[in-house]
Amino acid sequence: MSEPKTLFNISASPHVRDSLTVKRIMWEVNLALAPATLFSCWWFGFAAIKTYLICIFACVLTEWIIQKARGVAITVDDGSAFLTGLLLAMNIPPEIPWYMPVVGSIAAIGIAKHTMGGLGHNIFNPALIGRAFLLASWPIAMTTWSEMSSVVDGVTRATPLGILKLHGYDQVVSTFGNTATMYKDLFFGFRNGSMGETSVLLLLLGGLFLIWRGHINWQVPTVMIATVGVVTWIFGGTAGLFSGDWLFHILSGGLFLGAFFMATDMVTIPITVRGQMVFAFGCGLIVALIRLKGGYPEGVCYSILLMNACAPLIDRVIRPKKYGAGGK
Amino acid sequence: MAKTFLGGVHPPEQKITAKQPVELIELPDKFYYSTRMHIGAPCEPTVKVGDLVKKGQIIAATEAFVSANIHASTSGKVTAIESFAHPVFGTCQTVIVEADQADEWLVGLPLSEPRDWQALSPAEITAIIRSAGIVGMGGATFPTHVKTTVPPGKSIEYFVLNGAECEPYLTSDHRLMLGEPEKIIRGMQIGMKAVGATKGLIGIERNKPDAIAALAKAATGTGIEIVPLKVKYPQGAEKTLIQVVTGKEVPSGGLPSDAGVLVQNVATAAAVNDAVIEGIPLIERYATVSGGAVKEPKNVVVRTGMLFSHIFDQCGGFTEEPRKILLGGPMMGIAQQTIDVPVIKGTSGILALTAAETCEQAERSCIRCGKCVIACPMGLIPSILSVLGERGDFQTAKEEYNLLDCVECGSCVYVCPAKRNIVQYVRLQKHLNIQQATRATQARQ
Repeated sequence: MSEPKTLFNISASPHVRDSLTVKRIMWEVNLALAPATLFSCWWFGFAAIKTYLICIFACVLTEWIIQKARGVAITVDDGSAFLTGLLLAMNIPPEIPWYMPVVGSIAAIGIAKHTMGGLGHNIFNPALIGRAFLLASWPIAMTTWSEMSSVVDGVTRATPLGILKLHGYDQVVSTFGNTATMYKDLFFGFRNGSMGETSVLLLLLGGLFLIWRGHINWQVPTVMIATVGVVTWIFGGTAGLFSGDWLFHILSGGLFLGAFFMATDMVTIPITVRGQMVFAFGCGLIVALIRLKGGYPEGVCYSILLMNACAPLIDRVIRPKKYGAGGK
Repeated sequence: MAKTFLGGVHPPEQKITAKQPVELIELPDKFYYSTRMHIGAPCEPTVKVGDLVKKGQIIAATEAFVSANIHASTSGKVTAIESFAHPVFGTCQTVIVEADQADEWLVGLPLSEPRDWQALSPAEITAIIRSAGIVGMGGATFPTHVKTTVPPGKSIEYFVLNGAECEPYLTSDHRLMLGEPEKIIRGMQIGMKAVGATKGLIGIERNKPDAIAALAKAATGTGIEIVPLKVKYPQGAEKTLIQVVTGKEVPSGGLPSDAGVLVQNVATAAAVNDAVIEGIPLIERYATVSGGAVKEPKNVVVRTGMLFSHIFDQCGGFTEEPRKILLGGPMMGIAQQTIDVPVIKGTSGILALTAAETCEQAERSCIRCGKCVIACPMGLIPSILSVLGERGDFQTAKEEYNLLDCVECGSCVYVCPAKRNIVQYVRLQKHLNIQQATRATQARQ
């Protein structure tokens, strides 16, 4: 009888595993955001680069300090704190004073993520909590946009949705010159707004990459964007029902950023695909409601946060179809 | 479009031995017959130290219904009856036989005249199966005569043979289907007669077109239908197989017979044929010896009582230190502490996996990605079962998350990017549940 030279591993089955890791998912999501990030660095210039670096650095450092202090494993290399920093930066104006993103990062990682127990345990999307925290703390700075040349006034400091809220739809169109230019500029990202939200094209590319890699599904972004489109088409016009400019609504604000990268944040949304579709529908509905009836020009951030709060409830009600349930 | 089910995963198939015909291997000097090669009551040795035994002779038996006789798989002398390593139960009472290398059959075996199975009654068929010690050879080792004894009030309509062989690496059923298709079909017909089934279906994954063709040819004129299945794990798990080939579902907490279905492995059908036609008990079977650490992976005929170490030696030994030794496939097989464990009746595969193949990584927090929910063929939420398992909250898992419906196929663990040991948590909770039930019973007494 030959005795084994080394001890065998006798852990439970299965004994083979897929090579996909949490770390790889997170870094691939970061990669998917790269095109839109690089575009915004070019479009908004040095201020944007600075704000990105501050957010990412502050988020990663906050996570490192908290994990060090708690005496738990340091997992900053998993890319999730980096992703939170990146997403937070994409959701704020580029020319914000430097200390505000630092506070936002601490709120995102410290409060939204680690008070709940860290990665996988948070109820709310950390980056959006960071943004909401900043919007509540410094409302003026958070809505002071870059100076941009405009067809009408020569210079503007407003976002298209801001102009819509204050001056109406015709003013938005005249800012861009005509509707064709408006759609084109919105699609490519040549407009004012939060740093990472402007280029619909590049966000869409990143989102399609994630769908192809299997990290997000197509249902969530599709349902959320379609809901916004349908509701704004029906109720968004001035000439009665079904006169709204749905295309303007889905191309503006942070809808693509939210629908592809934050309403798909696996930690904070329902776990079944059917539940996720209900979640996405709710997000779209709230976005449209805030934009059309609310005090804020834009509602993507709050819509996702509100639906994050509903996710456990949705999971309780909507369950996978169980094998054998149809039997006696 | 091949038939399939919701969920499942597709691990690399690794069927490296698919083209290799089965080989006979040398007999070792000693055989180690565990008295428990099945699910159910252990057998008691019917021989004593010093006895001479012949091939095919019963050496351990019991009156208990849910059990299966143990037969010697070669001739020799009983040298010891003692506790020895067992691949499933850790240790087990074992009859150790020193082989005389003459390999002599018990007088009268195999039968000189093939038995006419069509003249046998269902009860007679079941009696032969029981006497031959036949158990489910896919790995579960549930005694076959218990399955063919249909309880009063139930009837079996579908007789389903499992030729899916959805576990990676394993090719023993594939080679059996190619080599002995007539035996499988006849064994199935005998089984159908025993339970009065009217419909016979054989599910085979589409990656074995030669096996599908071989069985279709052998089944000509019998009314037995071959159902090609999509290549996906766990296509061959009992409940999913039933769903796919018959369109029926086994009710939650129920048995296949509740849906009027009996499922048997193709190797079991061949063993039934051998027992009924030739009188040969279950003492040998096809097994795949494979894995990255095995020098010459092959399909071999193994006999019960042979040690894994002997079989590895017959396959050229190891090329590198194995990380895991498995009885069965990599998805549901059982990891061994030593290579000196004996072959039992459910040994469909003997694998030696390298560290690279097992891809072990530290467990992290669940990020609720939902991949396990999509993979689960039973429609459960494995991520929540794992979190409840961490807390030891088996009550909630049982009552709200259908813990007891989990078949432990491992699909969820395979896809989990956080490398969570979900199946282990499920087993822990099932164990806690049984413990509590036992305590409750004791308290009442």
